[in-house]
Amino acid sequence: MYNFEFERPGSVAEAVAALASEGAQALGGGQTLIPTLKQRLAAPEKLVSLGGIAEMKGVCVNDDGSVSVGGGTPHAEVARAAAAHYPALAALAGGIGDPAVRNRGTIGGSLANNDPSACYPAAALGSGATIVTDRREIAADDYFQGLFTTALEEGEIITGVRFPVPEAANYQKFVQPASRFALVGVFVAKYADGVRVAVTGASEDGVFRWSEAEAALNQSFTPAALTDLAVDPDGMIGDLHGSKPYRAHLVNVMTRRAVQAAS
Amino acid sequence: MPKDSGIGASSKRREDVRFLTGAGNYTDDINIHGQAYVHFLRSDVAHGRIVSIDTAAASAMPGVVRIFTGADFEGVGGLPCGWQVTDRHGQPMAEPGHPVLAQGKVRHVGDPIAAVVADTAEQARDAAEAIGVEIEELPAVVDMKAALAGDAARVHDDLPSNLCYDWGFVEENKAAVDAAFDTAAHVTTLELVNNRLVANPMEPRVAIGDYARATGESTLYTTSQNPHVIRLLMGAFVLGIPEHKLRVVAPDVGGGFGSKIFHYAEEAFCTFAAKAINRPVKWTSSRSEAFMSDAHGRDHVTRIELALDADNNFTAIRTETLANMGAYLSTFAPSVPTWLHGTLMAGNYKTPLIYVNVKAVFTNTVPVDAYRGAGRPEATFQLERVIDKAARELGVDPIALRRQNFVTEFPYQTPVAVVYDTGDYNATMDKLEEIADIAGFAARRAASEAKGKLRGLGVNCYIEACGIAPSNLVGQLGARAGLYDAATVRVNATGSISVMVGAHSHGQGHETAFPQVVAEMLGIDESMIEIVHGDSSKIPFGMGTYGSRSLAVCGSAMVRATEKIINKAKKIAAHLMEASEADIELKGGQFTVAGTDKSVAWGDVTLAAYVPHNYPLEDIEPGLEETAFYDPSNFTYPAGAYACEVEVDPETGKVTVERFSAADDFGNIVNPMIVSGQVHGGLGQGIGQALLENCAYDPETGQLLSASYMDYAMPRADDVPFYAVDHSCATPCTHNPLGVKGCGEAGAIGSPPAVVNAVIDALQSGGKTVAHIDMPVSPSRVWAAMNG
Ligand SMILES: Cc1cc2nc3c(=O)[nH]c(=O)nc-3n(C[C@H](O)[C@H](O)[C@H](O)COP(=O)(O)OP(=O)(O)OC[C@H]3O[C@@H](n4cnc5c(N)ncnc54)[C@H](O)[C@@H]3O)c2cc1C
Repeated sequence: MYNFEFERPGSVAEAVAALASEGAQALGGGQTLIPTLKQRLAAPEKLVSLGGIAEMKGVCVNDDGSVSVGGGTPHAEVARAAAAHYPALAALAGGIGDPAVRNRGTIGGSLANNDPSACYPAAALGSGATIVTDRREIAADDYFQGLFTTALEEGEIITGVRFPVPEAANYQKFVQPASRFALVGVFVAKYADGVRVAVTGASEDGVFRWSEAEAALNQSFTPAALTDLAVDPDGMIGDLHGSKPYRAHLVNVMTRRAVQAAS
Repeated sequence: MPKDSGIGASSKRREDVRFLTGAGNYTDDINIHGQAYVHFLRSDVAHGRIVSIDTAAASAMPGVVRIFTGADFEGVGGLPCGWQVTDRHGQPMAEPGHPVLAQGKVRHVGDPIAAVVADTAEQARDAAEAIGVEIEELPAVVDMKAALAGDAARVHDDLPSNLCYDWGFVEENKAAVDAAFDTAAHVTTLELVNNRLVANPMEPRVAIGDYARATGESTLYTTSQNPHVIRLLMGAFVLGIPEHKLRVVAPDVGGGFGSKIFHYAEEAFCTFAAKAINRPVKWTSSRSEAFMSDAHGRDHVTRIELALDADNNFTAIRTETLANMGAYLSTFAPSVPTWLHGTLMAGNYKTPLIYVNVKAVFTNTVPVDAYRGAGRPEATFQLERVIDKAARELGVDPIALRRQNFVTEFPYQTPVAVVYDTGDYNATMDKLEEIADIAGFAARRAASEAKGKLRGLGVNCYIEACGIAPSNLVGQLGARAGLYDAATVRVNATGSISVMVGAHSHGQGHETAFPQVVAEMLGIDESMIEIVHGDSSKIPFGMGTYGSRSLAVCGSAMVRATEKIINKAKKIAAHLMEASEADIELKGGQFTVAGTDKSVAWGDVTLAAYVPHNYPLEDIEPGLEETAFYDPSNFTYPAGAYACEVEVDPETGKVTVERFSAADDFGNIVNPMIVSGQVHGGLGQGIGQALLENCAYDPETGQLLSASYMDYAMPRADDVPFYAVDHSCATPCTHNPLGVKGCGEAGAIGSPPAVVNAVIDALQSGGKTVAHIDMPVSPSRVWAAMNG
C-alpha cells in the first residue's frame, strides 16, 4: 500500500467536498478497493470513507411501494432488512461472498465498481432500479456502461438505490469455483408492465438485459418459453472457468431456473 | 474397549492448544532486534535476457540498506538438486544451474532478479519499484510438447534442448512389454493430464537470516519440513558454511504438503545477506509471491496402455509421460516422475510386464517438485483410470476386474523393482464395499434421478511406497542423501522425558503420537514425554518429514533409542534390587524381579541414574540418554480401496461429491483419531485436485493465469462430503519395529481417480459414453464432454 490521507466525513455534503480534491477516492466497505491498494494497483492521495454517513445507510419502503437502499448499506443488512419487502433482492445480497464480505461490502461500492461478475448489477438492471447520487438520479438502463465502467462522474457518490418491487422475481447464481462470484448470474423480475431479465458474469461487456428472453417471457412467464432461445457465444467471456459456449448455455439454464423459482 | 493412552489411543492433539489459541510460534512471529527486511523484485515476464539493472535511484531511497543482484552471488553456489536421474542411455540428466538471484536470464514469472534490503518491509518494496530493469523478452516455453520440438526456444542456453532426461523403466523389459502388447486380446489406451497444483499451505514461507559476528555463526529460521536437510544443502553446496557454524530452525510450521521440503533461494539469500550487512534479514512471502515462488506439484501428460488376455488378466502396462520440471530443478524434482512414480506402476495388481517412459522437460514455469503423494498420485491416477476404462470397454464389473488381478501373495516382487512386504487388497475392498454401502447404490441412483440428477459410483485402489527410504537403495537410484532418521531419548532425573526427533511436525500431530509410543514401551504417562523437533542445534540429526515417513522411519529410531534406555534402566534396577538383570521386567512404569515381590518405580531408577550414590559406576555410565539412527530395509506399502459417489447436474455439468469412503491398510495404528484426520485432509486435497484446483499458464506468454484465490479454486468445507474412513484392515509392516506404514499421503493419492471414475459413471448412466475428462473436472468441462 502507498501512503494516503484519510477522511471520514459524517454527511454526504462533507463527503462530496472532500472528494473534490485532486486524487481523492471514495471508500465504501473496502472489499474491492483495499485489496487493490494492497497490491499497489491504485494510489489515491486521499481516501474518503463513506462509512460514517448515517444518511447513506439502511433499507426503507417508500410511499409508492418501492424499496430504497442507502448507498452505504452493507450486503448483510440488505439481506436482513429487505427480506420482507423484496425477497429476491435480499436473497441476492445474502449470497454475496462470505460473512466478512457481506458485513463490510456495500451496495454503493458494488455498483460503483461494476465488476462484470458482481451480483448487484443484475439486481439493479433487472429491477429497472434508479441509482441515486449526490447530484442526480440515473436509470439503471443508462448507468451500466461496460466492464468496470458506469455513468458516474469523478467524485460522484451513490447515496442510494431505489428498487421498484416486482410481482415476482428471482436471482440464480452459478458460482465461479474459485472466487465464488457469478460465473453466470441471472436476475428475472416480473412487473405489471413487463418482464426484465438481467445477466451478469457472462458478457465481455458486463451486465446486460437479455431482451429476447424478456419478449418471450412477456408472452408466457414459464421456463418453457425460453427453451428455444440462446444467447450468442460471441461476446461471452471465455476463460479458465468456462468457455464462451458454456457461458451462453448457462445464461439459458439460469434464466429458466430463475423463472421457475419466481413463478 | 478403545484404549485411553499409549499405542492405539485417540489421545487429543496436545499441540492444538497452542495452534487454536494463537499461541503458536511461527517463523513470522520471530523478530530479531535490529532486523532488516528484504523485498524480492521478481520477473514479470516468463523468459528474457537481462540487459541491465539500474539500482542507483533505488539505493538512494529512504531506509535502503543494500540492494543485491545476481552479480553479488557470483562465486556463491547455486541451489543444488538432491537427486540425479540416469537416463535410458545411461547418461546423467541435464542439470542446469539455479542461481539464488537471476544471472543473465529470467526463466519464469516470479524468478527473483534483485533483492532490496531496507529498514522496513514497505521501504524495501518502495525501493524495489524504483529499480530499472531492462529485459529483452524471449519466446516463452510453456507447453511440454512444444518445448521438445527442435525449434523451441531454450530455457537454458547451455543445454542442447529442453529435455532434462528421457527415462526408461525397466529398460531391459521394453521388448518383452512390446511383445505382450502385440499378442494381447484387448488393449485399453488412455491419454490424460495430471493437473499442475499449487500447494497452498496456510502459512506462506518465511525466512530470517541471522549472523553472529563474534562467533561466526549463522542461523536461519525458516518454514521447513526438514531443517537438517536445509542445513546440509545450504551449508555445503550454496554458502559453504560448516555445520558447526550453521543452525537451522524450523519452529511451528503451518502446513507444508511437500512444498516446504525444498531448499529455496530466499533461505540462502537471507542467510547470505545477514552476514553481508551484519544485520538479521527477514523475508515474509505474500500469498501472491507464494503462487509464483513455491514449488508446484504434479503436471504430467501421460499416455497409458493396458494389455489384457482373453480372461481379462492384466498382461502388460506401457506408459509414456511428459513431466514438467519448470524452469529449474527443485531439490527433489527429478525423483518424482521417476522413482516415486515408475516404481508404483504395478499398483495392487500382478501385471507381469511393465515399461514406463518419462521425459522430463524444462519450461518457463515455476519449478515443479513433490506435493503430497509425489509421483504416486500420478501413477495411481493413470492406472486406476485405465482399469476403469478397460472394465467399461469389456463390459465387466470394475471391482471384479480389480479383484481378479490383485496381488494376493506376499512378499511380492513387482516388475518395477520394489518388493511389497505385506498387504491384503481383498480385505480392504471387502471393507470398502461395506462402508460405502455399494449394495445400496442403485437405490441412491434412483433417488438422484428422481431429482433430475445423474449419479455415478467410482471405485479405485491405490498402493504407495512410504517410509522413505532405504539409503543404500535410493543411493543406487541417484539420491544424493541418505534417508534414515534419528532420535535421542533424554530421560531426565525425575523421570520425565524429552525426545529429540529428526522428523518435523507441521500439522501431523507428532507431538501427541510419538509420546504415545514411548509411553506404551515404558508404561508411564504420556504427559511425562515431550517431543523436541525443528532445531538443528537441539536434535541429533534428521532427514525430516515427507513421504509418509515420520513414524515409520523416525518413529523406529525413537523405538530403538527407547529400547536402549530400557536396557540400561534394567541394569540400574537390577543393581538397586540386587537382582540379576535377566530377571528384571518393566511393566506399568515399575521394574520388578521375576518371581519376587520386589519392585522399584521408573522414577527411582531415573533418579539413580543422575544421582548415582548407589549405582554400578564401574559397569555403566551415569545418566540416561540414548540416540539411535534408523535406516529402513524396505519401503512400507500402505494400500487401500476408495469409493466416491457423485451427482452431476446434467444441465450445468456441476459435480457434487455426495459420499466418499476410504478403506485403508496402514498397518498398526498409534492414534486412530490423528490417522482419520490425516486421511480427511488428504481426501480434501485429492477432491480439490479432481474437481477444483488448476494451476494454469497462458500458453503464449507464460503468465500465471491462476495467480490468486480469485482464480485458483481451493476446496472449501462445502465442497467435500462427510467421509466414511476405516483403517481396521491392518497387515502390519514386516520390517519396522512398530509395524506401521504411514498415512499422510494416502488420501491425496487414492482419491482423484475415484472422483473421475464416478463422474464418467454418472455420464454413462445418462446415456453418454465419455472416455475421460481431464482434471479439474469443472462444470464447463463436464458440460463440454456431455455435449461433445
Ligand atoms: C472474498 C470476496 C468475495 C466476494 N464475492 C462477491 C460476490 O459473490 N458477488 C458480488 O457481487 N461481489 C462480491 N464481492 C465484492 C463485494 O461485494 C464488494 O463489496 C464490492 O465489490 C465493493 O463494495 P465495497 O463497499 O467494498 O466498495 P469498495 O471496495 O470500498 O470500493 C469499490 C469502488 O467503489 C467506489 N465506491 C465505494 N462506495 C461508493 C459509493 N457509495 N459511491 C460511489 N463510489 C463508491 C470506490 O471508490 C471504489 O472505486 C466479493 C469480495 C470479496 C473480497
